[in-house]
Amino acid sequence: MKPSIRQLECFAAVIDTGAFSRAAARLGLSQPALSHAIRELEEGLGARLFDRTTRRVELTEAGRLFQQTALAGLSEIDRAVGLVRDLSTLRQGVVRIAAPPLLAATVLPVLLLVVLMGDVIATGAPRLGWDFLTSYPSRKPELAGILPGLVGSVYMVTLTAAFSLPVGVGAALYLEEYAGRSRFATLIEVNIANLAGVPSIIYGLLGLEIFARTLGLGRSLLAGSFTMALLVLPIVILASREALRAVPLSMREAGFALGGTRWQVTRRIVLPMAAPGILTGAILSVSRAIGEAAPLIVLGALTYVDFLPTSPSSPFTVLPIQIFNWVSRPQAGFVVDAAAGIIVLMIMLLVLNGTAIVLRNRYEHRPVR
Amino acid sequence: MTSDEREAKLEIDTLSAWYEDNRALDGVTMTIAAREVTAIIGPSGCGKSTLIRCINRMHELVPKARMHGRVRLDGVDVYGAASDPAALRRRIGMVFQKPNPFPMMSVRDNVLSGLRLTRSIPANGLDEVVERALTQAALWDEVKDRLDRPGTSLSGGQQQRLCIARALAIEPEVLLMDEPCSALDPIATTRIEDLLHTLRTRYTIVIVTHNMQQAARVSQRTAFLLGGQLIELSETDALFTSPTDKRTEDYITGKFG
Repeated sequence: MKPSIRQLECFAAVIDTGAFSRAAARLGLSQPALSHAIRELEEGLGARLFDRTTRRVELTEAGRLFQQTALAGLSEIDRAVGLVRDLSTLRQGVVRIAAPPLLAATVLPVLLLVVLMGDVIATGAPRLGWDFLTSYPSRKPELAGILPGLVGSVYMVTLTAAFSLPVGVGAALYLEEYAGRSRFATLIEVNIANLAGVPSIIYGLLGLEIFARTLGLGRSLLAGSFTMALLVLPIVILASREALRAVPLSMREAGFALGGTRWQVTRRIVLPMAAPGILTGAILSVSRAIGEAAPLIVLGALTYVDFLPTSPSSPFTVLPIQIFNWVSRPQAGFVVDAAAGIIVLMIMLLVLNGTAIVLRNRYEHRPVR
Repeated sequence: MTSDEREAKLEIDTLSAWYEDNRALDGVTMTIAAREVTAIIGPSGCGKSTLIRCINRMHELVPKARMHGRVRLDGVDVYGAASDPAALRRRIGMVFQKPNPFPMMSVRDNVLSGLRLTRSIPANGLDEVVERALTQAALWDEVKDRLDRPGTSLSGGQQQRLCIARALAIEPEVLLMDEPCSALDPIATTRIEDLLHTLRTRYTIVIVTHNMQQAARVSQRTAFLLGGQLIELSETDALFTSPTDKRTEDYITGKFG
């Protein structure tokens, strides 16, 4: 006969308290009922578990053997009961959110984002202020500021744009206006599409090897910007090609019919018409670089910087790295700093994206019919 | 035939053209006389547009398009080794089916776009160029007060005349028009047709049209194309009253097409 859980509980209580009377009291049983349960257990096992003396109850050898494993089982059962109880009282478990497809695709993600942002803003907003924007990092969370990260991010985005735009737009012009359907163009196209999907940390490794080590740029702003330029280049190219493709063929034909060479038509008709689209795409691509930390961490951007970059060859930090650094500190105050830093980063992104939208709306031409 | 008495501006010699493997023109040979309007008619897909696009070398801009044969402008092969397509197109202007003014440019800049595009801007007299071209295109009186408005703010008919002015501003010798009125209403069409009568004293004009009445109204000679072949080319009056080919007769009497 197998021992019941009830019997095991009695057994455990007797061991815990060392006396039948106290064990009975803890379990809310009468002493005879407890004695009966233990006796039943011993009969079922065919061995005595306790030496009952007048002063103390002690385990027999069989009792000790039984204790080791049986009680482990008992605590496992307790844990299982606890888990189920937690689940039913919502203290733990997988949260399943169900919504109709349309809501799931539209409202839900926005809602989650709003909740996340609300949480960050509630945490970080009180910390924001002129001091926070103009101070250097500090060991004391209430004195720490974001200045080097902010300045570093602005420099890096500017340099990234300066490197990636000419190359990216040039590549897009070549592919759209000159290359035609050649095998070489197809090869480049496939590669660009693939590069756009490469994880950013790979670009970090590439930048580390090529820019930081081979070219000897070290952990400088220049090395970081080159790496970021590589990272956003595929997106710049794809966005620029999209903008060039949106220029109607009839505009090119009009240009050619007026006696323009391919370059004249591209330079004076196609490019001006595609410029707002290219600029919008470029801003959106470059703003991706603002949020990236991984490649720069690989590259060795500093996490504690108490100076501003003075030249492209200066060491630097950027907002995401400063935030990453704060988040990983144990002090609660740095979590607040991190939240405030996230707000600054978000505002920067919103300003950039807002600029892109304004540009697009202002220069949007009605489709030419 | 009186064609030999005329001064030949363009000579097309056994011209064939393809889009990938589709033959659009099949050995067309014809002469286009200077300072008159030649209309090209025919059913859809007969090669009318391809024919004029071969004249100013626009055909070769289409991917996988090719051609064979000769086109001579004033006796010089436009496909010769020394010929520059961009320079050629400055001598042979083109107006397209749908008005296509540059949307980012004002009326004035649209007229000057050809000169600016090729950087052949005269040192002064730009205003004269604008006024002359717009006057020739019978648009000056309508737009002289809004030269700085976008070209696309004009009506469809005005836009097409703006495109004609744009083509005329670079002073071409030949004007190719690819169904220039098909996107316009009858009143705008009438204005363009009237315009052709004045322009032909100065330019050699080739107009593609699927509208036979229009061909009869505006042209001195008419060519009928069918299936990429030139069926008949004669004086417009003769072609419409006493066509020599049965297929021409069937087409102009509305038996097909």
